[in-house]
Amino acid sequence: MNFVSSIVLVDIALLAMLGVVAVAIIRLKSLFAIVMLSGVYSLVSATWFVAMDAVDVAFTEAAVGAGISTALMLGAMLLTARRVKTPDKAGARRWGPFLAVFATGGLLIFASTDLPAFGDPNSPANSYVGKDYIERTPSEVGPPNIVTAVLASYRGFDTFGETVVIFAAGVAVALLIGFGERALAFSGQRSVTPEPVSPDDHHMVLRVVSKLLIPLIALYAFYVQFHGDYGPGGGFQAGVIFAVAVILNALIFGLSETMDAVPAGAARAGAAFGVLLYGGVGVVNLLNGGAFLDYDYLFETPAPGSYDPHHWGQHFGILLVELGVLATVASTMIVIFYAFAGRAPEIRDEDW
Amino acid sequence: MADIAAFFAHWAEPLRVWLGTALALAGGVLVTIGAVGVLRFPDFYTRLHAASVTDTMGATLLLLGMALLAGWSLVTFKLALIWMFLFLTSPTASHAAANAAHTAGLEPIVGRWRGDDKSEDGA
Repeated sequence: MNFVSSIVLVDIALLAMLGVVAVAIIRLKSLFAIVMLSGVYSLVSATWFVAMDAVDVAFTEAAVGAGISTALMLGAMLLTARRVKTPDKAGARRWGPFLAVFATGGLLIFASTDLPAFGDPNSPANSYVGKDYIERTPSEVGPPNIVTAVLASYRGFDTFGETVVIFAAGVAVALLIGFGERALAFSGQRSVTPEPVSPDDHHMVLRVVSKLLIPLIALYAFYVQFHGDYGPGGGFQAGVIFAVAVILNALIFGLSETMDAVPAGAARAGAAFGVLLYGGVGVVNLLNGGAFLDYDYLFETPAPGSYDPHHWGQHFGILLVELGVLATVASTMIVIFYAFAGRAPEIRDEDW
Repeated sequence: MADIAAFFAHWAEPLRVWLGTALALAGGVLVTIGAVGVLRFPDFYTRLHAASVTDTMGATLLLLGMALLAGWSLVTFKLALIWMFLFLTSPTASHAAANAAHTAGLEPIVGRWRGDDKSEDGA
């Protein structure tokens, strides 16, 4: 068996698992199991992306899809019922939605026959801008990871848009259900002093292991952040990993203690600060005579025809906008989690 | 002395590859056993026991085999870190699941198992 066909076997196995998990999600009634299986779905997709050599996408899928989404869905689930509502009439089938899904799926499969083959060198993505990015990144931007150069410099505008979308999502959740602080204070949880840990405390193992792991997770977030120029990673992944560390702390040690460590006000300010930092870097370039987010103009107006072999402007520009992305993503995720969890602060043992 | 060095230089490479393959295969076998156990065992606690075989010894053997196959490099260090992480988290996850089930009042089956009399799910 040669290498190509074994990769095809791996693809088929992973896609079959995705299909099985999707069918299981449709058929299950327990929301808890559905949330867990959607995490599994993301993990399998991430594995499949790795098999297709898209490690940056895989990393994002694993961190966002399997990590933070699962945690946020669990937080949201605590506010609602535990099981899917059964339809009023037993055995009632809704044919309209089924036909709509069937027709859309058929159209998508029909359209997929026009897609270029995987890795086709003549496909549009590989022949026009993609080729330019690969050829010109070393001389124009500089970081070894071309994905980061494309994401933060060439397509910096798109990434700014994504950052603002995440910020807007946080604002929308806060507008709909509040920041969670007042709901938490109303429930009287904040005034309760934490009980001393007794030897028969059955969460002891969780507490000890989490105490060991949470600092490591936060440290790993910063590794992902600053290693983004050299390998897979960057502000988005680092932001959600950092938020996961905070959420894990809230799940194990309680929401009020976590709100003392990472105040909700600081999370709100961080979310706004990130967008401001990203936009501010763009405006500085404007003031120096360049285009918005053209980092060559970050420190000074380059003389016509000059060439900076170190790409200091690009280097620090990417570093700063990635920091902005980190601040916004991490803070927004924490704001959303606080908003959900603050309304259901008491997580009883039998709920888990 | 030179003979011993030559002997190791000659045999170390194939030994590394074969040992790595054998360990990775043994890990794969353990993971399969764990999966079969999750499907076949009668109640939650025994299933959890089967599942924890997967992510303790199964993962350990797989990672050890991969480390041998990859050779001495940065990959070895990263695999060791992954192992460390799994070593801490998997038993904790198993413990948390069992603890939650016990707290919620799920009783383990005690005594001799005589097949699924109730047989609701056709297992």
